[in-house]
Amino acid sequence: MADGPVAEQLLRRLEVADGGLDSAELATQLGVEHQAVVGAVKSLQALGEVIEAELRSTKRWELTTEGEEIAREGSHEARVFRSVPPEGLAQSELMHLPSGKVGFSKAMSNKWIRVDKSAANGPRVFRVVDKVEDEVQRRLHLVQGGQAEKLGEKERSELRKRKLLTEVTLKTYWVSKGSAFSTSISKQETELSPEMISSGSWRDRSFKPYNFLACGVLPDSGHLHPLLKVRSQFRQIFLEMGFTEMPTDNFIESSFWNFDALFQPQQHPARDQHDTFFLQDPAEALQLPMDYVHRVKRAHAQGGYGSQGYKYSWRLEEARKNVLRTHTTAASARALYRLAQKKPFMPVKYFSIDRVFRNETLDATHLAEFHQIEGVVADHGLTLGHLMGILREFFSKLGITQLRFKPTYNPYTEPSMEVFSYHQGLKKWVEVGNSGVFRPEMLLPMGLPENVSVIAWGLSLERPTMIKYGINNIRELVGHRVNLQMVYDSPLCRLDVEPRPQRT
Amino acid sequence: MPTVSVKRDLLFKALGRTYTDEEFDELCFEFGLELDEITSEKEIISKEQGNVKAEGASNVILYKIDVPANRYDLLCLEGLVRGLQVFKERIKAPVYKRVMPNGEIQKLIVTEETAKVRPFAVAAVLRNIKFTKDRYDSFIELQEKLHQNICRKRALVAIGTHDLDSLSGPFTYTAKRPSDIKFKPLNKTKEYTACELMNIYKTDNHLKHYLHIIENKPLYPVIYDSNGVVLSMPPIINGNHSKITVNSRNIFIECTGTDFTKAKIVLDIIVTMFSEYCQNQFTVEAAEVVLPNGKSNTFPELAYRKEMVRADLINKKVGIRETPENLAKLLTRMYLKSEVIGDGNQIEVEIPPTRADIMHACDIVEDAAIAYGYNNIQMSLPKTYTIANQFPLNKLTELLRHDLAAAGFTEALTFALCSKEDIADKLGLDISATNAVHISNPKTAEFQVARTTLLPGLLKTIAANRKMPLPLKLFEISDIVIKDSSKDVGAKNCRHLCAVYYNKNPGFEIIHGLLDRIMQLLDVPLGKDKGGYVIKASEGPPFFPGRCAEIFARGQSIGKLGVLHPDVITRFELTMPCSSLEINIEPFL
Repeated sequence: MADGPVAEQLLRRLEVADGGLDSAELATQLGVEHQAVVGAVKSLQALGEVIEAELRSTKRWELTTEGEEIAREGSHEARVFRSVPPEGLAQSELMHLPSGKVGFSKAMSNKWIRVDKSAANGPRVFRVVDKVEDEVQRRLHLVQGGQAEKLGEKERSELRKRKLLTEVTLKTYWVSKGSAFSTSISKQETELSPEMISSGSWRDRSFKPYNFLACGVLPDSGHLHPLLKVRSQFRQIFLEMGFTEMPTDNFIESSFWNFDALFQPQQHPARDQHDTFFLQDPAEALQLPMDYVHRVKRAHAQGGYGSQGYKYSWRLEEARKNVLRTHTTAASARALYRLAQKKPFMPVKYFSIDRVFRNETLDATHLAEFHQIEGVVADHGLTLGHLMGILREFFSKLGITQLRFKPTYNPYTEPSMEVFSYHQGLKKWVEVGNSGVFRPEMLLPMGLPENVSVIAWGLSLERPTMIKYGINNIRELVGHRVNLQMVYDSPLCRLDVEPRPQRT
Repeated sequence: MPTVSVKRDLLFKALGRTYTDEEFDELCFEFGLELDEITSEKEIISKEQGNVKAEGASNVILYKIDVPANRYDLLCLEGLVRGLQVFKERIKAPVYKRVMPNGEIQKLIVTEETAKVRPFAVAAVLRNIKFTKDRYDSFIELQEKLHQNICRKRALVAIGTHDLDSLSGPFTYTAKRPSDIKFKPLNKTKEYTACELMNIYKTDNHLKHYLHIIENKPLYPVIYDSNGVVLSMPPIINGNHSKITVNSRNIFIECTGTDFTKAKIVLDIIVTMFSEYCQNQFTVEAAEVVLPNGKSNTFPELAYRKEMVRADLINKKVGIRETPENLAKLLTRMYLKSEVIGDGNQIEVEIPPTRADIMHACDIVEDAAIAYGYNNIQMSLPKTYTIANQFPLNKLTELLRHDLAAAGFTEALTFALCSKEDIADKLGLDISATNAVHISNPKTAEFQVARTTLLPGLLKTIAANRKMPLPLKLFEISDIVIKDSSKDVGAKNCRHLCAVYYNKNPGFEIIHGLLDRIMQLLDVPLGKDKGGYVIKASEGPPFFPGRCAEIFARGQSIGKLGVLHPDVITRFELTMPCSSLEINIEPFL
């Protein structure tokens, strides 16, 4: 099927044309609007390589409405001349003619007419010559015929000043044969339809090519939050390693479980108002396991369990104070205490990932609440080598293989080690976690057997997530100021796969 | 973690060799320190106050070194050098001795008035010390570091150091009414009463932080010499009379406080660190503290304690196989002089007065591991065989959140802490009706309470994302907190699921449809029977009248859904209609 008569004729003329065609010329030749030729060019272009079209802009002179009138009727002065009969015409009458005012003065200066002011009944106009050449009309006819170039620059500008001519810019196409030129093209189908399939007509049709450079339409979908996607992956890693998830659904904790049970002394700076959120209501824990509390008190105040203790006066009121837990280790302490009550002792591997709270100064990487990831193993005869071995396995699941360990101090672990990994981008060792062996002063008062060791490590969920997703400001990730577009666009969390290079 | 700043060249001179920055960084790492920053006084000033102020400041290179919070013996150049030299086996750990004076012992008499304000005092004398400018600066700096760390900003212990030659003992530590204390304080030219001083120091950037310690006490602690000269008014300020200088030869040190153990540790640290510069190196002259009951004690304690550790215990805890002799050598390098005794498996470890951090055998095990080198320990996997279990509530949450996203809703993650306004006023509720837990020390209104509902967080998330194309469909499954006297702490978390639909139309049917889908996912049928679910017309402050329903499932009310009240929408700075759903998912466990 031919794509309209214009396109068909364009192709036929192009076949015999030498080199190519101008769309505007073709329009004139075919006697159609230029726009119709442009439409044909565009529809042929969409077929692929049938034609090539190069956009050109040319300037052209056109008549104004007044110019067209003059080309048709003659100039005002010629019309004035023609309306003067041989016997003359009263000037007042002439002035009432449509071209009178403009034409009169022009015809006068051309010396085509004269005025006899002494005539009876007022001034009278007479012809001076028998015949006139209407030069203005002739020039406008030239422009109308597309021969404006035959006029001199001066003549054109005079006509333009009289508002009879105007210069317009014309966008035209220079059309030439394409690599797949053919005069017998048929209109291509855009899409396969059920009718084509049932009738089999698809066999006889050609289909418009797809633009594979364009983007598709994204599906309407919901999205998971990137931080929680990372959380899911960490849960998965722990589960793969045989770790059982600890209950952590208690943001409110007593100072006892949050600090005292961990052998963190009551004057420790972490227990300061500046670092920890204390509660006004409920200000104090209602119940504490008092037997255990007494053992903890003794370990702090007097020592025992092989320890010197801190030797200070331990106060129950301080332990009762409720706080927003500052670490999930408070939940680990509860889990280990529950474990200690079960006899005989059974080895365990525990993990948790949940929110913790610090009354800290906030900045681009610190918020008052963040997620802590924690792993704990309790068994007979665990060594520092075991801790390092399990950390190696854990971090290799995150794609981190180059590790080293630095001695450090934590109030409730001894030995303690910070975990560093070599950061390829920063070209230096960066801290990726903290770890250690829980102190006997923490474990023995719980009632765990003496030869049981508990190794543990922790890290924040936010930091690896920010690195993973290239986020510099934590507020864009966590909290209500999140950038939802970032949530929509975030890729899968595959911790063991290198992230794509950061845009800078 | 405290940071100690030392002059690099002075440090290298004391260590007897130079290091490249990388080498020194490596040494620190091995020893459990961290070379935090390499800078200079000039750089510090220019960073803090601009280049103009920094002009003329010293260009001497400074190492800023992070020291573990329990290693008070590493808080000054002297201690760092001693620790590293012993670690590298270049010197043997010095032995600190308390000696009696040739003449009469210095006495500090404690009166009973101190009992209620600052009951403990200890003292000692550094005799025939030789300061230089650097040593003197280090001496002052160490006191400051101790004050900031173990002394808990002077609340637990405060240190006063005095030129003994300007004073005459015995000294009296007493407590008096502030108006009765009058003296010329350090670096002032005239006398003030304690009341006046407390006023003056309110605007002192350094001292104002300590005023609260005694401010509201009826009596202030004060130390006099036998002529009535004020040595100090702890924990605020020393007297000007006994001020020490680079030229002071005999130093009287007093530590007062509320924690006796820590006061003794602080005194031990100061005298062990600086007795190095005494004529009789590493000796400290004793002082006697006479208690109100007439008993007296001699300080500093400088106690050496012996601990027995079995070699196989160390090997077993670290995961190495070293001979007892090697282990003793490793410990000796950590400033813990050790030798193998008894059956050849026992190691006797001597804990010096500088190592108050050694409380238990596990501390000794750690030092052995550090000296062995953490990174030399053979890694292995524990044989612990366990079957993993998920916490059921989290398991359910994980399953649900994936299907909510599949239902076209996007997951939000909002803060558990918020303002009272968010959970009460903005939702048209009275705060007392929320049963919320209240925080006593929030720095800003954003942390006044723990949330009792997830809705405000989601509405704030929408408000922050108003530029996004509509509709916005958000959900969150997370914990809220409410008071509950049946729990040991008097409060509990509750796992909520909240979803909102925000568009040009309220979309109640969409939120309702989401509820139907959630119930389908939870295998809860529609209808009252067999633990099914129904919704019943209800009212509630956050909802538009007639557009709210309560949700009942498994025989109990689990939450509400509805179209939000225009007032609520406006208060959260939103402009479009919005419907929401919030349920407790714990009944479906």
